[in-house]
Amino acid sequence: MNAQVSMNDFILQVEHLSMKFGGLIAIGDLSFQAKRGEITALIGPNGAGKTTVFNCITGFYKPSEGMITLSRRDGSNYLLERLPNHEIPARAKVARTFQNIRLFSGMTLLENLLVAQHNKLMKASGYTFLGLFGFSSYRQASAESIDLAKHWLEKANLVDRADDPAGDLPYGAQRRLEIARAMCTGPELLCLDEPAAGLNPKESASLNELLMDIKDNTGTSILLIEHDMSVVMQISDHVVVLEYGRKISDGSPQSVRTDPRVIAAYLGVDDEEVEEVLTEVGDEDVIEQLDTGPDAAHGPGSSASMMAGPVSDTVEHADEGERVMVSRGASKAAQVDAKAKTPRKSSERATGKPAAKSSTAKPRGGRK
Amino acid sequence: MAVTVSPERDVVATPIQRAFREALYAGAIALGLFVLFIGLRTDQNINNELILVQRWGLLALVVLAVVVGRFLYVAYAVPGLERSRAERAKAPAVAVEPGFVRRNFNKIGATVLILYPVAMVLLFGFQGSLKWVDNFGIQILIYVMLAWGLNIVIGLAGLLDLGYVAFYAVGAYAYALLGTHFGLSFWILLPAAGAMAAFWGVMLGFPVLRLRGDYLAIVTLAFGEIIRLVLINWREVTNGSAGISGIPKVSFFGLMSFNVSDPNYIAKVLGIAQSGAYYKIFLYYLILALCFLTAFVTIRLRRLPVGRAWEALREDEIACRSLGINTTTTKLTAFATGAMFGGFAGSFFAARQGFVSPESFVFLESAIILAIVVLGGMGSLGGIAVAALVMIGGTEILRELGFLKVVFGPDFTPELYRMLLFGVAMVIVMLWKPRGFVGSREPTAFLKERKAVSGSFTKEGHG
Ligand SMILES: Nc1ncnc2c1ncn2[C@@H]1O[C@H](COP(=O)(O)OP(=O)(O)O)[C@@H](O)[C@H]1O
Ligand SMILES: [Mg+2]
Repeated sequence: MNAQVSMNDFILQVEHLSMKFGGLIAIGDLSFQAKRGEITALIGPNGAGKTTVFNCITGFYKPSEGMITLSRRDGSNYLLERLPNHEIPARAKVARTFQNIRLFSGMTLLENLLVAQHNKLMKASGYTFLGLFGFSSYRQASAESIDLAKHWLEKANLVDRADDPAGDLPYGAQRRLEIARAMCTGPELLCLDEPAAGLNPKESASLNELLMDIKDNTGTSILLIEHDMSVVMQISDHVVVLEYGRKISDGSPQSVRTDPRVIAAYLGVDDEEVEEVLTEVGDEDVIEQLDTGPDAAHGPGSSASMMAGPVSDTVEHADEGERVMVSRGASKAAQVDAKAKTPRKSSERATGKPAAKSSTAKPRGGRK
Repeated sequence: MAVTVSPERDVVATPIQRAFREALYAGAIALGLFVLFIGLRTDQNINNELILVQRWGLLALVVLAVVVGRFLYVAYAVPGLERSRAERAKAPAVAVEPGFVRRNFNKIGATVLILYPVAMVLLFGFQGSLKWVDNFGIQILIYVMLAWGLNIVIGLAGLLDLGYVAFYAVGAYAYALLGTHFGLSFWILLPAAGAMAAFWGVMLGFPVLRLRGDYLAIVTLAFGEIIRLVLINWREVTNGSAGISGIPKVSFFGLMSFNVSDPNYIAKVLGIAQSGAYYKIFLYYLILALCFLTAFVTIRLRRLPVGRAWEALREDEIACRSLGINTTTTKLTAFATGAMFGGFAGSFFAARQGFVSPESFVFLESAIILAIVVLGGMGSLGGIAVAALVMIGGTEILRELGFLKVVFGPDFTPELYRMLLFGVAMVIVMLWKPRGFVGSREPTAFLKERKAVSGSFTKEGHG
């Protein structure tokens, strides 16, 4: 692994990325990097904009602003926001999975993995013409592609079901199959959108195993969205935390775990909890501030709950957008910030609300 | 499980009682429905006045038939069906070995098709076989080929195309115009017509790439109409609705001709008696070969990356893009390939008829071809061939049912009931097999064993 840490250390560099849907700022000025060969986790409460970041990286959305640079192992660089959608997997070697699984459910597992090798096979079949007349070069390529598919089926522990339709698999197996399918494109960066969502502990463990295997044996870098903190803490090397489209923390799992802003944002279902968290962190000034009483309407509320349903199909409703302006006022992390920064004298006007809270931010949610 | 509204009554009622009750209801409904349709009939008397003829006897017969039918259905048919279903459920689920016919369906089908004209000639003689080879054989095979071509677009790629007949028209007119004006041979014009239709397939494909579902269907429908209207109105070239006649016949690869006046007329070359049947039999084998070509290409393509990409596109377009598949070119190739076979069929059609006019390319044709694809089971070649046989063969058979005149009186023309029967057959098949005759899908590759994929997993595509 160390041999690879060279000049192009970073496989992915996201700089000043913004994505607006009408008046809604889904991502605001986000910058982060992902190191080659590492697992980078992107976490944050529901609606924080994680899937939107993925959609920008994989070309399903064109970002409003910003630059996404991908450096391949051979040294070539790609500006992902300029590439057409389908060329991102083909040329920049970025593969992804979806929050709501998207398999070819009427095709068998094997066929799913063969479709993933489309571009390679297309070339081998002489753009269909050679293949149509049964040239041996295509037959060989086809056999190789089946071997590769078999390899990934074995890794995903699905080889027994290779000839069954993908729609027939249990949920956890479908997640693994989606990852195996993405790996069949031969990616350098693998983007996984909540791969552990809805898995039972056993399935979750086998998923972890698969991800570690990919990381250790293929050198593929992984960008991971995850809600399940245990998964994140166990396998990721680097964590980026989003809240309301902005980055609130960035660092190793340990450092992120103890960041008060993260705890506030991530666990911030109730303001009381924020208080608890802060007590733990031991910031007395801030606790004092909190006495002024929470403003429930401005919290992320239920959207921070893991129980909230998945943002269904964020890929598809590209042009409907509610004009909701989300300011930092709604952010738990910003509250923590504001409180930390407010000088001591604020304790004198104990009944005043913190400035951040009086902003005109509207609650979010209802967008699902 | 289900809570009935009046449980007491249902518990008491035996099937016979219930059947009796339902039969009465059905009779009442039938009476209400038919009293004006059948009970009264408008007619003209000798003075050209409109009069009402009363037919109470016929009405009574119809209502009685409904009552008896409903009674028998509820009292005997339904319990019988339920019993047999329960028995089947009770019986251990043995994996039934598919029968000999089912297993070798394709081979048997191909053999029957190849031997069909020979059998007809042996049975009815040259002259007598004409009807069977031409009206049945060739007619059905044309639709088989068209449906197989459309199957690529709808069944594999999941793009609902309601204007398929446009490509048929392009192929037919390409042969008709180039053949009559430049005297080019069928064997040159066949690929040319295919290429031209494929070109128009791409032309249609471009604007509709972004459309899905209903919108795609509407635009393709409009495209079909546009082509037809151009054919009608561009008189200088297409001769308008009068059509083009005198389209040259196909020659036997340039070696022998089927024109009696030609020096190399087949009967002269081979030294046999003159007959129009040779040409028909030749045409039969020609369209059969074209059908085999379509099937071969379809089967091959399905196992190639393009074909898999078509099916993947039908299943999930977004996932396709996430795997680096260029969905634009994939859709265009589907349109082009489907259109090409439509063009082949069109030029064959022109050669067979010797005459083309816009009349032959109305929307109804598209609808019939689509119906065959849907009835057969989208994506399955065998199912579609059977559907074409049933639908086209069935409507042709109606012409042969002269004996019905004895039953329904001399005015009865069974052909007029063609569309009615077509509709009834579709409704029945769709109730009985919602995914068509063959609802399952053959996988294109397998690791250990080839298992058909049940229709409940495959998607119809989104347009
Ligand atoms: N296509 C879209 N049109 C309008 N708003 C969208 C679209 N996609 C996402 N959003 C909004 O952007 C925000 C971030 O969504 P998302 O990225 O799905 O969050 P996460 O994946 O972090 O839960 C949400 O408020 C969501 O409603
Ligand atoms: Mg998401």
